Amino acid sequence: MATTAATFDQATQHAHVDDRSFLRRYIFSTDHKIIGIQFLLMSLLFLTLGGTLAMVMRWQLGFPGQAMPGGGVLPETMAPGGILLPEFYLALVTMHGTFMVFFAIMPLLVGVFANFLIPLKIGAPDMAFPRINMASFWIAVPAGILMLAGFFVEGGHAGAGWTSYAPLSAMPEMSGVSWGQQLWCLSLVILGLGSILGSMNYIATIINMRAPGMTWFRLPLSIWALFITSILVLLAIPILSGAAIMLLFDQTIGTHFFLPAEGGQPLLWQHLFWFFGHPEVYILILPAMGFVSDIIANGSRKPIFGYHSMVFAIIGIGFLGWIVWGHHMFQSGMNPTLGMTFMISTMFIAVPSAIKTFNWMGTMWRGNLQFHVPMLHAIAFVAMFVIGGLSGVFMAATPVDIYIHDTYFIVAHIHYVLFGGSLFALFGAITFWYPKMFGRMMSPFWGKVHFALTFVFYNLTFWPMHEIGLKGHMRRIYDPTQYEFLQPLQPLNRFITIAAFLLFAVQIIFALNFVLSWFFGAKAGRNPWNDTGLEWSTPSPAPHGNFERTPTVYHAPYEFSHPQVTEDYLPQDRPLEGRPASAPAGR
Amino acid sequence: MDWMLPPAFSTFAPGIDRIYYVILVLTGIAFVIVEAGLIWFVIKYRGRPGRKAYYTHGNNTAEVVWTAVPAVTVVVLGIMSGPIWNKIKGRDSVPADAAPVGIRGQQFEWHVTYPGADGQLGSSDDFTVRNQLHVVVNRPTVALLTSEDVIHSFFVPAFRLKQDAVPGMEIRVWFEPTQTGRYELACAELCGLGHYRMRAFVEVHTEQDYQRWLAEQTSNAAAQ
Repeated sequence: MATTAATFDQATQHAHVDDRSFLRRYIFSTDHKIIGIQFLLMSLLFLTLGGTLAMVMRWQLGFPGQAMPGGGVLPETMAPGGILLPEFYLALVTMHGTFMVFFAIMPLLVGVFANFLIPLKIGAPDMAFPRINMASFWIAVPAGILMLAGFFVEGGHAGAGWTSYAPLSAMPEMSGVSWGQQLWCLSLVILGLGSILGSMNYIATIINMRAPGMTWFRLPLSIWALFITSILVLLAIPILSGAAIMLLFDQTIGTHFFLPAEGGQPLLWQHLFWFFGHPEVYILILPAMGFVSDIIANGSRKPIFGYHSMVFAIIGIGFLGWIVWGHHMFQSGMNPTLGMTFMISTMFIAVPSAIKTFNWMGTMWRGNLQFHVPMLHAIAFVAMFVIGGLSGVFMAATPVDIYIHDTYFIVAHIHYVLFGGSLFALFGAITFWYPKMFGRMMSPFWGKVHFALTFVFYNLTFWPMHEIGLKGHMRRIYDPTQYEFLQPLQPLNRFITIAAFLLFAVQIIFALNFVLSWFFGAKAGRNPWNDTGLEWSTPSPAPHGNFERTPTVYHAPYEFSHPQVTEDYLPQDRPLEGRPASAPAGR
Repeated sequence: MDWMLPPAFSTFAPGIDRIYYVILVLTGIAFVIVEAGLIWFVIKYRGRPGRKAYYTHGNNTAEVVWTAVPAVTVVVLGIMSGPIWNKIKGRDSVPADAAPVGIRGQQFEWHVTYPGADGQLGSSDDFTVRNQLHVVVNRPTVALLTSEDVIHSFFVPAFRLKQDAVPGMEIRVWFEPTQTGRYELACAELCGLGHYRMRAFVEVHTEQDYQRWLAEQTSNAAAQ
């Protein structure tokens, strides 16, 4: 061991000889790790912004028509005297969804971790196409700026929901919004270009640049998930881009793709949007499932239970994602005979989801559970994802969907998957790989405090949304007290609002932990979590070029508590002692 | 937390509510198994010094069981749901004796067109009322849903009925109320800044009351 460490230290020093300028190293860097961190900072900014918009919405829903504290700073066109206007409320609804889906969760999962993890975990020095990788980030920046600009243009920002259903989104005279909606389309087309370039790069890298011995079935599940996700991105995003360009043309040059007056068809938008949108839903959860698998194996000190089933479940979800889009449209006027088809295909998603859930539990079974902060978030992910998955069965059943479609039940469902699922996984993943990114640990104490408070306030916020949805509370309404049947729900609406404010407030703990640990966190060694992945055999932070020597892989990804080694982990690149380090099988 | 559905007053609502409660029980069982299992594991297998985890890569029998059980369950749910869906929304679901009424969504109100005395839509004695849908109890009504501008959604929570109204399409949707009274009709699809107040009422009358109301409307129209 001592000799190995000495070799590594020389490797570190060698790797530190780096004559790139500041600009090349940190701004226009082609290093996948820097690009990952750039995406991280950008998407955390948008996550904060999306959360802020949600708080303003929650104020209006909890206290409709009352002046918002501090709302006086908003211009007359948004909230005169601090009282929100309906059109501004709709812009908040639209942009909360848009920011969270396209500029926060998706780049956090893919932009950050596909970039950061793929080369490190497969033993490659960088991406297959580092310049294209740099381009994918610098394309996302103007897309973000355009999307932000929408708040400052005449007519306000897009207000047709993040799904932008036509004709409302296509006819400025119906929504009062023209520039805002056009910027929305343009921004998504540009952002999509970056995503397509990025995903192509991830696919090429995983196929071609695996270290010797890193066979397909030795890939960590995070890499499998990112691989399938990248294929979904590559195939789904062009559909959104096409649809958004058509919408832009309807808005600007009168093409009438989606307007019935000149032979267009409103449902065409929905088919295009959801044909993209449902794979998108899995883009937003599959990587999270991958990170959680890595973290649960580490926290349980056990190999992942049913690794092959887990891989096939990822592939199965990726495939099913393409044949379920109609379940968003059961009440849209689509041929009702299709209802049965889409119901069955949708319900079958329960099968791979169950496989994954039970295999995570199987991994924890008879483990030696270490409750470090990433593990807490990973367990919470399983617990919350199950709720989001099970509540999906209600909408999949077409008769029940007639009633709960477009109510708060679906709002609860999506937040159990996207917040309870994806975001908990991301808190865990950021904490887990933070030392490899910055060379320091995030504070475990404040991490646990943040976890506990977030878990409680999160459930207090979103659990009651099931109930108000079951009583018929519609989505996207500015003032629920307009309806007699919704008035009894107002105390619950106020409760949700207060819980949401607390949920938002405790995120300050995470933000401070994230920023302060960068400077004052405890220095991390190479492998602070005693993990088996290749990324932990390089120094923290990993140097430019990642590995001094290309690592050789001898084992499956999660060899924890192997009976033939004394420590409870066996890194993928360490041969078993007492056995010849024979040439690894296959490639 | 209250997982009960509010009272319902249409012929097909009990079918929807029943399948809802079936799913609630089945998902409830899955929920308890997973959450209780997680809590149990977290306590039982918590890390202690000197403990070593059990080294295993999985178990094929377990994989088959937890693949097959959800698969069979969802097929059963699908088979149970299909007929109820077809009865409400299927192509040939509209009862032959359903009384027609035209409903046109327009930012931000519902225009309800009644067939008048002859019972036929599209004839000269039709008349249109804003935001009031009058129907007869225990008699099926078929609404011909259209939209003037953007997509709206016809939502009567008490009838468990929701159907989008799409410009350029005429969608037939039926219901049969089982109790007289006044029920709220909401728009459930974002249709613009007045979406939240696109509200109307369904008045369910006895046959006699309906005829009286109809006579009033016709005489009003004649007087104008």
